Amino acid sequence: MKWISVFNSRRTWAWPYLLFLVLFVVLPLLLIVVYAFTDPQGQPTLRNFVQFFHTQEAVNTFIYSLAIALITTMICLLLGYPAAYIMATAELKTPAVMAMLFILPMWINFLLRTLATVELFNMFSIPLGGGALLYGMCYDFLPFMIYPIYNTLQKMDTSLIEAAHDLGANRREVFTKVILPLSKPGIYSGIIMVFMPTVSTFAISELLTHNKITLFGSLIQRAFGEGGIMMWNYGAALSLIMLVIIAVTSFFGDKEESSSQTII
Amino acid sequence: MNNNTYMTATQKESQRRQRDLLVRRICSQAYLWLLLLFLYAPIVLIIVFSFTKSKVLGNWTGFTFQLYENLFTGYDRVAQVRVDPNLYYSLYYTMLVALVSATCATLLGTLAAIGIYNMRQKSRRAILFMNSIPMINPDILTGISLFLLFVFLGISRGLATVIIAHIVFCTPYVVLSVMPRLSKMNPNIYEAALDLGATPFQALRKVMMPELWPGMISGFILSITLSIDDFGVTYFTKGSNGLETLSTFIYADARKGGLTPELRPLFSLVFLTILVLLVVMNIRAARQAKKH
Repeated sequence: MKWISVFNSRRTWAWPYLLFLVLFVVLPLLLIVVYAFTDPQGQPTLRNFVQFFHTQEAVNTFIYSLAIALITTMICLLLGYPAAYIMATAELKTPAVMAMLFILPMWINFLLRTLATVELFNMFSIPLGGGALLYGMCYDFLPFMIYPIYNTLQKMDTSLIEAAHDLGANRREVFTKVILPLSKPGIYSGIIMVFMPTVSTFAISELLTHNKITLFGSLIQRAFGEGGIMMWNYGAALSLIMLVIIAVTSFFGDKEESSSQTII
Repeated sequence: MNNNTYMTATQKESQRRQRDLLVRRICSQAYLWLLLLFLYAPIVLIIVFSFTKSKVLGNWTGFTFQLYENLFTGYDRVAQVRVDPNLYYSLYYTMLVALVSATCATLLGTLAAIGIYNMRQKSRRAILFMNSIPMINPDILTGISLFLLFVFLGISRGLATVIIAHIVFCTPYVVLSVMPRLSKMNPNIYEAALDLGATPFQALRKVMMPELWPGMISGFILSITLSIDDFGVTYFTKGSNGLETLSTFIYADARKGGLTPELRPLFSLVFLTILVLLVVMNIRAARQAKKH
């Protein structure tokens, strides 16, 4: 009878998932840390990080990847915000259909979309390289910027805008002092949804530049793929560096998002 | 006289305003369509070139349904060669992995959501934090961490590890889509069912499930799409004994140089199916919104 009473308390229903999370989420992440600070023989060492910071090429790749991710995020924001704004505010005949058209590409496998852009470049014989990479990244992730911003703008209380107008604000003031602050949560989640995948991508750069440009993600992938067992510890160290970037970004986003929510 | 000039001034003002509004409207519409052109040009390109049978895209060799025929028969009648059988294997494994992992994730996630909902604030926050890790983590990190786990535990990678990995990144979304349904539900009906003599399992199936159903369905559908779309996690957990999903097949294919032409009609059909599904869903949602 005892096990039934255990089952009666519904708290216990999460135990299987808790076990699952510990085994397949927490333990694997700990393994990254362990591998990063050990050598292939299992001895603790800092060699993997030393190797990274002393390889000029690897450090350059790291900085280049960060820059590409930041630029992509900026371009997506500059292109995406007006689109989301127009869709949410202008009197379109069919705003829902418009929004759907912008979201639809998210449902298509990103590799196929990337390859389609490669073919587009080939067709007009535009050389593949840094420019193609930026174009492809923006193309792949623009919907992820538009969607959250559109969502926030749509939920915005329009009477606030009218109130600002009535109180004598001009169009620019209404935008910078009312609409922009209100759309902050959407902007932050858009930035995170674009920055996180672009900073960690490894397949897109290969396909869009024919392996001419290596991004940080590809560096990690190579350490685990072609590098063989001796490179795993180095790869784990690189993964840990990326993990730190992701953690910092999401922490920053979380904080900003919650603070802007409390303002509202 | 004075009145008259006043009238024309306001008229002029309103005329100017209307013209401004019109210009602004045309500009914003044009901007949206330009962006859509940017987003859809490659997709349209693939669809157009699914109706010609040239090996490379961009080389139009006349209108034909040849590639569609090849895709469905698995055999190129003209060139007398088989279509790469790996395409069909990968399609089969994509479906299998998506269905199995989405089903497991939905069951696991629903149970978890009920449990988490009834937890105390502190432990609830802890488990929800763990739950958010796979959603925040980029696929490459999820993939590599699981790769290291399987190596560490000495599990050889294959179909089972891919399915486990997909359950890992699908379940958090199920949990988050079921939780809101729980807070809308009357918390006492489960206890009422128990008091009236139902076993916990009966109470779950007959009382709670009907309430949670919509959340479970949306979690399941989200899991399916996430699973089908995944590349990074699958890449690191599939091992090297030839298991491919559609994503990894496309990747390997592209690295070899040149896509299998039959992917073009496959892509077009998938795209049109999704388009139709979304349009139908949107129309239904709009109709329901009108009703209420």
